[in-house]
Order: sequence, then structure tokens, then C-alpha cells
Amino acid sequence: MKKLLLALASTAAVIGFASAAAAQEKAKVCFVYVGSKTDGGWTQAHDIGRLELEKALGDKIETQFLESVPEGPDAERAIERLARSGCGLIFTTSFGFMDATIKIAQKFPDVKFEHATGYKTAPNVATYNSRFYEGRYIQGVIAAKMSEKGVAGYIASFPIPEVVMGINSFVIGARSINPDFKIKVVWANTWFDPGKEADAAKALVDQGVDILTQHTDTTAPMQVAAERGIKAFGQASDMIAAGPKTQLTAIVDTWGAYYIKRTQAFLDGKWETTSSWDGLKDGILTMAPYTNMPDDVKKLAEDTEAKIKSGELKPFTGPLKKQDGSEWLAAGASSDDGTLLGMNFYVEGVDDQLPK
Amino acid sequence: MGIVEAILLSVITAATPLVLAALGELVTERSGVLNLGVEGMMVMGAVCAFAATQITGSPYLGILAGIVCGAVFSQLFAFLTLTLVANQVATGLALTLLGLGVSGMLGEGFLGMQGIKLQPIAIPLLSDIPVIGPLLFRQDIIFYLSIALVAGVHWFLFKSRAGLKLRAVGDSHASAHALGVNVIRTRYLAVMFGGACAGLAGAQLSLVYTPQWVENMSAGRGWIALALVVFSSWRPWRLVAGGYLFGAVSISQLHAQAFGLGIPSQLLSSLPYLATIIVLILISHNRRTTLINTPASLGKPFVPDR
Amino acid sequence: MRIELEKRAKISTLFSILSPFIAFLLMIVFGGIMFALLGKNPVTALYSFFVEPLSEVWSLHELAIKAAPLILIAVGLSVCFRSNNWNIGAEGQFIMGAIAGSILPVVFYDWQSPLVLPLMMLMGMLGGALFAAIPAFLKAHMNTNEILTSLMLVYVAQLFLDWLVRGPWRNPGGMNFPETRTFAANAILPEMIASGRTHWGFAFAIIAAILVWFMMRYTLKGFEISVLGQSERAGRFAGFSSRRMIWFSMLLSGALAGLAGISEVSGAIQQLRPVISPGYGFTAIIVAFLGRLNPLGIIAAGLVLALTYLGGEAAQLSLGVSDKVTRVFQGLLLFFVLSCDTLIHYRIRLVWYRFTASDLDGSR
Repeated sequence: MKKLLLALASTAAVIGFASAAAAQEKAKVCFVYVGSKTDGGWTQAHDIGRLELEKALGDKIETQFLESVPEGPDAERAIERLARSGCGLIFTTSFGFMDATIKIAQKFPDVKFEHATGYKTAPNVATYNSRFYEGRYIQGVIAAKMSEKGVAGYIASFPIPEVVMGINSFVIGARSINPDFKIKVVWANTWFDPGKEADAAKALVDQGVDILTQHTDTTAPMQVAAERGIKAFGQASDMIAAGPKTQLTAIVDTWGAYYIKRTQAFLDGKWETTSSWDGLKDGILTMAPYTNMPDDVKKLAEDTEAKIKSGELKPFTGPLKKQDGSEWLAAGASSDDGTLLGMNFYVEGVDDQLPK
Repeated sequence: MGIVEAILLSVITAATPLVLAALGELVTERSGVLNLGVEGMMVMGAVCAFAATQITGSPYLGILAGIVCGAVFSQLFAFLTLTLVANQVATGLALTLLGLGVSGMLGEGFLGMQGIKLQPIAIPLLSDIPVIGPLLFRQDIIFYLSIALVAGVHWFLFKSRAGLKLRAVGDSHASAHALGVNVIRTRYLAVMFGGACAGLAGAQLSLVYTPQWVENMSAGRGWIALALVVFSSWRPWRLVAGGYLFGAVSISQLHAQAFGLGIPSQLLSSLPYLATIIVLILISHNRRTTLINTPASLGKPFVPDR
Repeated sequence: MRIELEKRAKISTLFSILSPFIAFLLMIVFGGIMFALLGKNPVTALYSFFVEPLSEVWSLHELAIKAAPLILIAVGLSVCFRSNNWNIGAEGQFIMGAIAGSILPVVFYDWQSPLVLPLMMLMGMLGGALFAAIPAFLKAHMNTNEILTSLMLVYVAQLFLDWLVRGPWRNPGGMNFPETRTFAANAILPEMIASGRTHWGFAFAIIAAILVWFMMRYTLKGFEISVLGQSERAGRFAGFSSRRMIWFSMLLSGALAGLAGISEVSGAIQQLRPVISPGYGFTAIIVAFLGRLNPLGIIAAGLVLALTYLGGEAAQLSLGVSDKVTRVFQGLLLFFVLSCDTLIHYRIRLVWYRFTASDLDGSR
């Protein structure tokens, strides 16, 4: 007890200097997370990026973050708190933070903001996103090669363009190999509920799919696939540990490269508003090792990846039809980014309907 | 394995934690205490079970740890509401808040670790019966426990002397006290049983349902369990019916989606909740039977006169 | 050692004022120890939690914004709880109020009139009340327990909102993202004072609290609520109808939750999105009891709870602790406040005693 009192007394003295200590030389780069930084999915991927940033530029910057920030007025407060606490560059890492970011950016014109996966920019607000669909295309190609029944199951979270785009890209990839390939979609209506994700996975397997892919955050579907002896793809992080004999590959979010690039620009005074949408070639997403597949499939997957990186292959290239059979892209034509970013329709081969 | 059996298997896994947590809460409420902290106790059970399994390598020790954790954690609630007669509703909600926080802290070191799944135990002979065998007799021990506990609680409440005392405490603590029953002690034990069951339900989540630990992995199941107690009108077997009804509708809606029926997924997802409401309306029209089974002292504080 | 309670002859005014402060002192000691054990500076921690959010004007505004929905919902719930109607579905009523109130700015966005805002508020209250009418009807006429129905309807409301913003109400200019169009200027609840973004929702909360306090204290209705809450039988002898009371309390709390919903959407979010509440409807239950079901106490309780949210964020930054730690801190604080309230009604005695034979056989 005596020790504790001493500690209390000494720290009371320290607090007086706390404010003075805050005004130091290092630039502050801050992050707003929608989930917990150890959620094993979306937010953790961003936090790994933040740690890479610290590692790369730690002598010039320090980082701070607020986690589990709900979207809405809480987000506005959290972002403002960071702006007021001296952050020079703030990354807001959820689509739902878009309007809050824009509002606070107007109040703090000297602070730079970067908003993930949105579409609104301002003189001091840039946006960034990752072409996850490139990875989905490769997964589709692998699925079509590996599936005996020609049907894959897709556990989806919410019908937003990002997810719809992924479903379509997967189907297009698969149909480039097997034109009759089909997928079944189950909307879990959650990003994060291991039980529900597992139930969705079981339902799909019970209905006869022999490949699973997911756009939700936990490894529960991978575990189900392992148990049922089928193959599956990981999401957001390398989930090989959950299915050493199950995972074919995974789309791994690697934001670190982007964070380092932008922070460097910020330190050099060269930061500008951009809307960047990087892909495999920029290293913002990477494919986990191709495992549990024959060598020829692995080779095909690697070739596909190389072609996407070189720009030779663009997943959304005609001839492509929409789900209802109407023409979408003529042979050789590629979709523009605007259509993709607002994607609200399925291509042929998806066994599901989107809410209108 | 046919599709119906496959669905039923998923239903059993999904319903077991609901039934277990609700059963514990049923006993707690029968003693007159309303503990809204089920979600918090459940998630504590999940993290303890997972951690103990990882450390010892034995999921059975994990189950034990889950039960103990839930029971111990519930005593915090018991001390506040029974000894200090703090408000039960608010204390229960605070317990949930605390449970989510503490489990998150405890579980930090266990994130991303590969779980050890509790293996099923086939019961000789019975497990060879077609259809029923694989469904009911090739299950893990937690499922068997859940059914045994329901039967046990039913017997205890309605056939045993101690159960009669517990119900007396829940119906009228003043009369029970006058008859010499130790109201506070009974309630402490009932709350502890509720915590143990919620802890066991949590263990099912992190050892059977999805053998892993992630924060908030109970994802609202504690609340559903609370609603199921009401659904059951505080009767154990009805609770099983409610839990399995809820589980069955939840699983079926996923199948309906995979089937590609083209109904908005939000409507399908809301079916389990709507179904529970409708069935409750159908079975609760008789005011008298509902009243007889509702613990009359539920939520009311008790301080013995001295 | 054993703790014994002895009921006071009458409620202690001294302790009803003092108990929050005792709880606060206990929290400082325990919270300090907790942070010291975590290797964090306890003084910085406590400063971040309790002082920092109050030290700046912008932060005070944020406090009001965070507290407003909590207070508004909790005031309505206090009437329910006092009359023994266990509405725990305020979250759903909040959402349905927000949806009903948003019909004008989302569907009839062309209509520009000073009437828009008042109508939105009215429709919000109506939406919340109508949604609360479901469990009210089921309880009053079908004998169905309201705890289950009101809770289950929360999930239905959440999914309905989700469907709306992804389907029919989606912003046509919003790149197909799940949100409605942003409200026009005349549909936005204005800020109360120039110094920050507190909107009129906070005023609604305070006004509602005062009105309900007045009703409970000085009107026959208030008397009816207390009598029926304490004993349905006694209420019947006095000529009060418990069925009418179910309707009254549920509709009132539904309307206030609905008003909270539309105020939050119109004042702070300014559009509908899939998730518009971080569980206000549930947190408000704690606020209601923390405020001892007294509307004026609820104002204080709402502010205190909001403070711990803001303080939790400040602590995350100043100490680098995770949000889990702040949640534990919040839970402990609630425990202390709740248990200190015991002092109002009871004297606490610590009894040191030895085992006797009667302790062993469990009867006394």
C-alpha cells in the first residue's frame, strides 16, 4: 500500500509535465478503427499495416489509434479528438466513417485525412481502396479447377458493391475455366459472428457445394470446411492455421505498403488528394501461398496472378452478360472503375438475387 | 446423410448453447432473481474454456474451467444484488459490460490460436439406430449434459424438496423466510447454477460450435437465452422446445438462401424472432397457467428482518 | 465476516446525495489500483476518464450529444419500469422512430417547408409509439410477456432498417452504398448554441425529463403509475386499470425512444444508414436505474455514462490501453454506484461471527 501511495504521489508530479511532453518533434499519424484491433479480420489487417508503418518510419513518426469506434456521431467525435490531439495525418478505416471524415476535415484544414473504401474527397481528404476482386478472380479460377461438382458456396456479409464485385469476379474467374460453373450465395447479415458463419458454411456444404469462399471475418467457415473435408479460401488474413489441409489460398490485406507510401509523402510535404485503388501489383493485397492443390492448378493460379499484375488480364473484361442474360460488356471491352465501385448487379452464373 | 438429417445436426449445435444458458437462467429466475448478465457470463465461460483447453490440452478440463468461470463470475452479481440489494436489472447489464471487457482482456493471448474440438462420443448400440442414432447418440458430452440437465432441473423443481423450497423463495420470499428457508443462501446457489450453466454454454461455443476464441463470440446469444426463459413460461421442457424452434428457423433460413429462393435475406433473417413471438402468443393465451408459473417475487429485493 | 443490512425507518436524504460521491471515491481507489496493476499511470488514467472530457468546450458538446438519446429513452423507460412494464425493446423503437421520421426527408425530399422538421419529430414519436404498441397490445390483450416480444422486435427493426437502406431507400447518387440521401438543410435539427454541435435533441431530453418528473410528482397519473407498479391489486381497488397503464407506459416510452431516434438521425447523422445506434436502447436501461427511475436523476446518470464513453476514448489515447480496459472500468464504476445506493435505504453492518451448529444444517 505504501508503495502504491508513493507511486500515486510521484505520478501526480508527472502529470504536470504531460502536456509539455506532448509537444515534441515527431509527426503523429493516427488511425480510427471500426472494430477491435485484434478482431482477426478487417481491423487487425489495418493494425498490422500501422505496425509496419511504425517499423519503417518509426524514427520520424509516432502512431496512435482509437479502436471499436461506432459509425455515426461517435465517429465524428473520435476523429475530432485525434485531430485536436495533434495528429497530422489521420486514416479512417471504415466505409461508414466517410461523412464524419469529410465534416471534420472541413473543420481542420491543416490536417490530412485518408478514408478507406469511400468515394468522397476534399482538398485534405484522400481515399484509398484495394482491388480485392483481383484475388477473387484467381480464387474463381482455382475453384473451377478443383471443384468436382462445379458449384461453390459463397458466404457473404452485406450486399454492398464491394461484396457484389467480389462475387462477380469469382464467378467470372471460374467460368473462364468451366462455363457452367455456378455459385450459391448465403448472406450472413453480419461481418463477425463465428456461430452464424459456421451455420452458413454448413448449410452450403449440406446443399452440395464442394468449395467454400467467404467474405466475412472469422475462420469459422474454414473450420467447417476442414471438418467436412472440402477445400476453402481464406479472407483478409492467411487462415492456413485453421485449415492446413483445407485452404487453397487466401486474399491477404496488406495495407502497410500504402500507409508507408502516403506517410512518406506527407513527411516530404508532397501529400496530395488522391483516389487510389491499388491492386496486386502494388502489394496492397497479396495471395497466401497456393496450397493443397495439384501442381498444374498451382501453375495456372500463379500465371493468372502474374497476368493480372502485368495488366494483361483484367477480370471484368467482355464478353460478359448480366444475370438476366442481357449484354453487359462486349468482347474485349473492360469495365470502367466507376461501374465497379457502384456495382449492384450480378453476372451470369450467380444463383441469388440482390435486394432492389 | 440426407439433407434433413444434416439440417437437424446443425440445429442441435446451434440450439444447445441457447438451451443451456436459458436453463441456468430459468433456475435463477425461479428463485426470484432476474440476472440480465447471461451474455457476460457466457462469454466468460467461452474464454476460460478455450484458454484452459489450450493450456492443458484437454477439452474436458476446458469445460470444467468454463463452468467454474461462469459460476465464479456470477457471484459478483449475487454479492451486489443479494447482499447489497443493488438493483438486479442494472447490475445484470453492468455484469454483461464487465464480462465482455474482462473476457477480451483475458483472451488477448489466445487470439488466432487453433482450437481443439471436443470429440463426439458414440453411445454403443443406440448410435447404430438409423437416423436417430447419428443425430442424438453420436454427440459431444455437452449435448448429453444439456439434456440430462433439463431432465434433472425438471425433477429438481417439481419433484424434490429442495426444488419446492427454491420455488417458494421465488414465489414469495417473505413466506419462505417465515417457514425457515434461508432465502439469501438459496438465491446465491441459484445464481451460481445460472452462472455455471451460462459458462458451460460458453464452453460449447469455443469448443464445439466454433473451436476458436474471438472477442464477443457469444454475439447476442445470451439475450436470446433470456427471451427463451420467458418463452418457456419457466418450464424446463418447454425451454428445449423454444431453443430448438429458434435454432431450426435460424438454420432453415440459411438453407432457403442457399436454395436461391430470392426472398430478401433480411426478411429471412428476421424469421427466428418472428416465429418465437408468434408461437409465444399462441401458447400464452391462457392467463392463469402463465401466472401460476411466473415467479411472483422475480426481480424484487429481499432483506431478512432481524 | 458477514454483511448485514438493516432497513432505515425512512429514506436517508443525506446518503441519497452522498452515495454517488462515495461510489466515485471507491472508484478512484479501485480504478487507480487497476491501472497501476496494468502498469499504467493511475493519475493520468483517472484524469483522462473524468477530467479531460470536461475541460474543453467541444468535448462538453460531445458529452451532450452522447447523453441526449440515453436520457430521452431512459425517461420513457422509467415510467414503464415504475409501472412494472418491462419494455426492453427501446432500441427497436428508437430505430422505427428514426425510420418513420425519415419518410419526409428521404421519400418526399423535394418538399421544402418550415413544417418539415416539426412533422418529422411528430412522425418519429408516432413511429416509436406504434412499434411499442405491438408488445403493448400483445401484453394487454393476448397475455404475451413483453420482455420477449419487445426484445425480439429489436432484431426485426434492425433488419428492416438494413433492408430499407440497401433496397428501396438507397441514395440514388450514393454509388449503391447502403445509406439514404443526406437530409436537406430544412430537415436537419439545428444546433442549440453557436459554440459546438449540440443539437436540439439535448433540449428535448431535458424538457421530457422535467415534464415526466412533474407528471410523476404532481399529477394523478403519476400516482396511478406508482400504485399500479407497487401492487396491481391495490391499483384495482383505487379504480385504476392495469391494462390502460400498459398502453400508456409503453406508448409513452415508445414515443420518447422514437423521438430520440429521429433527433439522433436528423441532428447528428443526417441520413439513415444500416446501423444508427451503438445500443442506446439497452444502455438507457442502465441509465434509467442508475438515475433511480427518477427523471432528474436520469439526467445526471445519462451525463455520467456519456462521460465514461468519452473518458474511455481519452484514456485509449493517453495511456494506449485497449477498449476492453475502458469497458471493464465502466462496468466497475456501475457496480460501485449501484451498490452505494444501498446506503440510502439500509444501514450496513459488518458482523464478525463464529460458526454455530445451526449454520451447518442450513436453517436459521
